[in-house]
Amino acid sequence: MDLAIALALQVIYGIANLVLVSLGLAIIFGMMRVINLAHGEFIMLGGYTVVVSTNHGVNLWFAMFILAPVVVGLIGVIVERVLIRFLYGRMVDTLLATWGLSLLFIGLITTIFGAQTATTISAPLGPVPIGDYTTSGYELFLIFIAIVLSVLVYIGLKFTKLGLVARGTMQAADMASALGVSTSKVYAITFGLGAAVSGFAGALLAPITGVLPTIGATYIAKAFITVISGGAAILAGTTSASVLLGGINGIVSFGIGPTMGEVALLVVAIILLRLMPRGITGRFFRKSS
Amino acid sequence: MTGEIVLETRNLSRHFGGVVAVDRVNFTLWDNELRCLIGPNGAGKSTFFKCLTGQLSPSEGDVVIRDFHAGGRQPHEVSRLGVGIKTQVPNVFDGLSAEENIWLAARRWQSAKRAKVVTDQTIERLMLGDIRKDHVGVLAHGQRQWVELGMVVAAEPWLVLLDEPTAGMTQEEVVRTAELIREINETATIIVVEHDMQFIRMIANRVTVFHEGKILIEDSMDKVSQDKRVREVYLGHRQK
Amino acid sequence: MIRSREVRWSLVAGAIGIIFLFAAPQVFELFAIINLTTVLALAILALSLGLVWGYGGILCFGQTTFFGLGAYAYTIAAINIGETTGPIFIAIFVAAAFAAILGYFIFYGRVSDVYLAVITLTVTLIFYSLLRRTSGPEYKIGNALLGGFNGVTSPPLNVPGDPSNILFPEHVFYVAMAALILAYFFCVWLTRTHFGRVMVAIRENELRAELLGYDIRLYKLALFAIGGGIAGMAGVLFANGIGRVTPDIFNLYNTALTIIWVIVGGRGTLIGPILGAIALFYLISGLGTQATVNNNLVLGIVLIVFVLLVPRGIVPGVIGIWDRTQARSKLLRKEKRLRRRRTTRQPEPEAANDG
Repeated sequence: MDLAIALALQVIYGIANLVLVSLGLAIIFGMMRVINLAHGEFIMLGGYTVVVSTNHGVNLWFAMFILAPVVVGLIGVIVERVLIRFLYGRMVDTLLATWGLSLLFIGLITTIFGAQTATTISAPLGPVPIGDYTTSGYELFLIFIAIVLSVLVYIGLKFTKLGLVARGTMQAADMASALGVSTSKVYAITFGLGAAVSGFAGALLAPITGVLPTIGATYIAKAFITVISGGAAILAGTTSASVLLGGINGIVSFGIGPTMGEVALLVVAIILLRLMPRGITGRFFRKSS
Repeated sequence: MTGEIVLETRNLSRHFGGVVAVDRVNFTLWDNELRCLIGPNGAGKSTFFKCLTGQLSPSEGDVVIRDFHAGGRQPHEVSRLGVGIKTQVPNVFDGLSAEENIWLAARRWQSAKRAKVVTDQTIERLMLGDIRKDHVGVLAHGQRQWVELGMVVAAEPWLVLLDEPTAGMTQEEVVRTAELIREINETATIIVVEHDMQFIRMIANRVTVFHEGKILIEDSMDKVSQDKRVREVYLGHRQK
Repeated sequence: MIRSREVRWSLVAGAIGIIFLFAAPQVFELFAIINLTTVLALAILALSLGLVWGYGGILCFGQTTFFGLGAYAYTIAAINIGETTGPIFIAIFVAAAFAAILGYFIFYGRVSDVYLAVITLTVTLIFYSLLRRTSGPEYKIGNALLGGFNGVTSPPLNVPGDPSNILFPEHVFYVAMAALILAYFFCVWLTRTHFGRVMVAIRENELRAELLGYDIRLYKLALFAIGGGIAGMAGVLFANGIGRVTPDIFNLYNTALTIIWVIVGGRGTLIGPILGAIALFYLISGLGTQATVNNNLVLGIVLIVFVLLVPRGIVPGVIGIWDRTQARSKLLRKEKRLRRRRTTRQPEPEAANDG
């Protein structure tokens, strides 16, 4: 029984992890149809914000919950203003430009902080016993945060004025601007919010994974698989895909090993793609060019 | 009607979400016909057309072309039967010359040598000589339509499906297109979907009127244009 | 006329390549020659992406998948078999077959280009992370230990049929250069066949190609597999140039590099990506000798600048400028001739006016 609970928690943590690393990407993609290849670097920047600021004596929780989202969110707004806004409607070029941005960030951080991680921060919150087993308190905390974040995004999209305006702008940009909504402002804020969520995820994961300039690459594959399998709906898509893929990954990892867990995740994603290419992604990708 | 049935639909339906665009249509086309499909905007004729050509798969029912069950097949499988298709928005290869566009259509079915001959013949027949080396992307709308018609002709089909072939053409081009369609009809069976009633009068002998996803009436052009229901349908929508 | 010019230029490029093939070992030192083998391998990789993306319009962000698979397949097969001629073909086959399988899911699922880009990129990254975990003794294929992030030492090429007769580095260079020239002319030929022209047609308008009766899924799959095979062959040469294969072959940096070669060289040409690969290799190794500017930084800036300002790439851009100046100078010459004729004929119209 205790083993079952510990295993279940492990699987749930895997799912929560996928939600965290994918949500920022899903927001930007779902709302703006921009595939942000610099997504992994937004996560990386969130991690660096936490490490650098705690090294300078800032409180860890403050750095995680306030500094990282704000810093990365601002970077997101700047990126949208100086780069992305020239490329709306040109999906391939956006893809390429954000890839350039990804390389740029990696290069910049390597130049400033070196190729290796400077200091790691240890995970706060100690182990939690479950019968004969223990589980990491911090992982439980991350599960909790993933749930709260999902609920916040849901509320934000559904009930706030910004969510409404944003959805309207994305559906019919000319109509919204005719109604006096500043579409460029909405785009910038949306991109900034997506970046902030990614930065926050990076901050939360930094104590577990450490930080490296190239760490983005380890998140980006998982985030893309999740968002693509999830498809059109930002939240429903991300969470459902996270549950499916994270669940399979967790179970196979437990049964055979982490390498096979990753293989299983990929195989399931590819089969999913063949079985329901339009069901999941149809509306989003078909008309893009 | 006489002769062999070459295309029919059986209870063909197509839904988009809750909207029924085509509603259990039974349609029959005989050999050597030149059939026009008309109807007001939103009557379902374009959706019906796309189900025939494989661009959309039917929600229910089937399309049978000769003995081939074409419902839900890929466009290339329909084309492979010897069906020439022209879409509503001109679908041409913008980055290639008019000649290359037509060559690609001819070469699909012919040897390299024969394709060259067919390409030259088609260009002459459609009087595209002046623009044969031009990139199709820079041509006027009407010319692009003609290049596309050239591609249909060059494949030497026995069944031709045309969706609004005269859209965006000048009056003179419309007259020439009518002539071309009658000419094609000498060797092929044709379905034309059209808006332009004047154009239909030029070519039609038998007309099928669509309304709200169903066939309203099917008869000669004279009978159809005198039909009360048809007038209501058209007058009801003609408030441009 | 345009097409005959293409042929002329590809023949010129081929001639330069053949001259280089024989001249290089006489001119360069051994180290530079070994380096050149690597550069040529990368150039073939660039060519394969130039074919798939530039001609077929297939936005493959994971061309290094097939490159890396080729390198690994060659190495593992050569270790097990004990000679290298068979493994070359095994490597090409493995890369092409994997491309075909992946392509089946992508093209028959009819996913769009952007989606395809992300999927192929993801597949590469997964190979990277999987192979890095294979450091234990249990991860072996036949006699070949995969060796985790340290990779596997690649056996050098031997003379076909004589495994004890191992090629010298300058001979491997000959093989690589010949492979590049052959691959280049193969691609030029392919783009001029019916198949190649249908591929361009599909790039221009998928629906029209289908309505003409072409099965675009099959065409794309075939081109993707051919591109995968060429990349696999490049991988064999790369393994020979470097002397070992490591999971880094699949990393994000190398994947980005392939895209940048093609963007910089130019889509829709075959020589462009080759030149792009060679130029960037020497730019990066030039940068590598000093520590202040990071490679990623430079590549990132290059990519952004090209996407925003030179989206067609250098070779098509240069061809465009060349055409315009040619047209202008032709016009000028024509005008000059006309003017000359007018001046010589001047008395006549005056006489006519008088009359």
